[in-house]
Amino acid sequence: MAKKVAMTGNEAMAEAMRQINPDVVAVYPITPATEIVQIFASFVADGLVDAEFIATESEHSAMSVCIGSAAAGARTMTSTSSQGLALMWEMLYIASGLRLPIVMAEVNRTLSSPINIHCDHSDTMGARDSGWIQIFSENAQEAYDNMIQAVRIAEKTLLPIMVTTDGFIISHGMETMELLNDDEVKGFVGEYTPQHTLLDVEHPITVGAIDFTDYFFEHKRQQIEAMNTALPHIVEIGREFAKVSGRDYDFAERYRLIDAEIAIVVLGSTAGTAKVVIDELREKGIKAGLLKIRVFRPFPEKEIVDALRNVKAIAVMDRSDGGNGMGGPVFEEIRSAMYYLPIRPLVVNYIYGLGGRDTDIELIEGVYKDLQEIAATTNIEQPIKYLGVRE
Amino acid sequence: MASLKELSKKQELLSSGHRACAGCAHPIAIRQILMAANMPVVIGCATGCLEVTTTIFPYTAWKVPFIHSAFENSAATVSGVETAYRALKKRGKVDKDIKFIALGGDGGTYDIGFQSLSGAMERGHNMIYICLDNGAYMNTGIQRSSATPRGAHTTTSPAGKVILGKREFKKDMTACMIAHNIPYVAQAVPSMWNDLMAKVQKAIATDGPAFINILTPCRLGWGYPPEDTIEIGKEAITACYWPLYEVEDGKYKITHKIKEKTSVIDWMKKQVRFKHLFKSGNEGILAEIQARVDQDWEKLQGLCVV
Ligand SMILES: Cc1ncc(C[n+]2csc(CCOP(=O)(O)OP(=O)(O)O)c2C)c(N)n1
Ligand code: SF4
Ligand SMILES: [Mg+2]
Repeated sequence: MAKKVAMTGNEAMAEAMRQINPDVVAVYPITPATEIVQIFASFVADGLVDAEFIATESEHSAMSVCIGSAAAGARTMTSTSSQGLALMWEMLYIASGLRLPIVMAEVNRTLSSPINIHCDHSDTMGARDSGWIQIFSENAQEAYDNMIQAVRIAEKTLLPIMVTTDGFIISHGMETMELLNDDEVKGFVGEYTPQHTLLDVEHPITVGAIDFTDYFFEHKRQQIEAMNTALPHIVEIGREFAKVSGRDYDFAERYRLIDAEIAIVVLGSTAGTAKVVIDELREKGIKAGLLKIRVFRPFPEKEIVDALRNVKAIAVMDRSDGGNGMGGPVFEEIRSAMYYLPIRPLVVNYIYGLGGRDTDIELIEGVYKDLQEIAATTNIEQPIKYLGVRE
Repeated sequence: MASLKELSKKQELLSSGHRACAGCAHPIAIRQILMAANMPVVIGCATGCLEVTTTIFPYTAWKVPFIHSAFENSAATVSGVETAYRALKKRGKVDKDIKFIALGGDGGTYDIGFQSLSGAMERGHNMIYICLDNGAYMNTGIQRSSATPRGAHTTTSPAGKVILGKREFKKDMTACMIAHNIPYVAQAVPSMWNDLMAKVQKAIATDGPAFINILTPCRLGWGYPPEDTIEIGKEAITACYWPLYEVEDGKYKITHKIKEKTSVIDWMKKQVRFKHLFKSGNEGILAEIQARVDQDWEKLQGLCVV
């Protein structure tokens, strides 16, 4: 029976980790993800889990420990944010290149400089091409559910996976949510039996060999293929999860999108704010909708295009800037995905919420107002706008 | 210790056919380490000459499980393997007794991997870290490291018209590891195979972290004929440049007594990396180097007094 509780995002992610009870957890603290580490450490100290917990001396080492552990065949998890993820950068690529199914609870926080502990997506977006599956969560419930599914997704695809929440907004915001019971989680994640491990001393393997021009490309191609074909597995595991939890998970959530003429595309917590605005607009007869992307890596190109093809004007919301003068990464990818459509929706970009700047209902209303104008005139005056900043 | 004859019958766990230079001390050290182990081991190795010459896909010279992940994290990576082992053993998924050995060059140990090593040792993992110290970043073409001796020419501490090779003395990495108060620390050279293997066996028998610093002469970076590797290693011992000693639970012991101390300058003369120091006018630097070796040797002997 599902249990209703009030939890923060960090508590929910730590709770999922307790119920998963992986073999090894290796971590290093950083705001706003520290609590996940702390809570899990107390689970270990209180004997609520029998996982091996390693508090390393840096995030680079935390990810290195995870790599060694996963290569030894252990179900392995970690957690980090911002500078910690940046410090792991080198090892992120090695984890995915070695096809190690490591699961990370990542709390989105802006990257220095200037130093700031609040939410934006610049940390996670910086890792978007690292070969990790990336799943964004709108709230604590999704963070919890995604963590449980992540174990299965990683082990099915042999790709590492990061589940993200928005720093403070979700990580520290208390919400009511439902927990599965321990047995349900245990049953859902199942036993992990890797094919090859370092600990199989009778069948020695060499992991991380040097791969020159004659083999590298084939190996990389296989890794790329794993990512290219990951989406159906993610969707399938989401369906299975729905059977246990009663909560549906797909590549994205379409909110009042079916007949929408104007729509916002967003990742993470701001989707909640957008839904409130959409309901208001719908009351007034304005056909507004939302596509909340859950799976950002692999990028569900076809699915996103199908979901948005009949919308007249789209605002892609980016909580980070690409730094290339072309807007944010989500915008670039969605605009590019639309290219092959014979009739393309109008697409504009809003960079919002950098360094934790609040993105409230009024700001989102403004975006829909712009979209109405664009849809009516088919004229885009300014394709990239910075939302809620003093200029 | 087994006799050479007995050892010659043991299976080689590092196969021939790897691509290390003729005369390279790295594979000699590894063969001795693997022969000494006498139990299942998993090896982790930092990026460097050893890793790139022994694991060229689709080949591998390693007949034991092996992992390379990056340059600065051999200790952290192996600490992860060891942690997984403990977790899986506890859960009944692994039943064998296995020992874990992390390898790194001097670059991967003294410099870029210093933090990762320090962390892994402090956490008390049941693992052995072995540094293969050839005194420079050889894999990338002989650049200075903090293990490069004073005066040595490397491509980033070149012997020029005004600067005569590396200006700084070598970091005492072994002392740094002793300061970690781990149960076992030692220095070895493959030239003294029985001493090296005995130390590996002690490290294997240690419950907790152990560190062995092995001097591995590099014929290319040091500049000497490949057939002299064993001799040049021996002379590093007699010149007291690389004394053979160990520290077991805090107790120092010189494991190879020096009957007749030889001159470090004579040892340097045999290596091209020091050639420029033998031009007239540089006697001062040579004297300084000799004085430093003498001083360190005195200090070590003092620590070994019971
Ligand atoms: C982060 C990082 N920086 C630099 C390098 C390039 N690199 C590879 S091996 C190496 C030097 C290795 O030197 P050492 O550890 O002394 O081993 P050796 O080759 O001398 O045995 C360097 C600089 C790297 N692989 N990774
Ligand atoms: S360069 Fe030196 S360390 Fe590298 S393989 Fe050759 S002899 Fe060995
Ligand atoms: Mg070296």
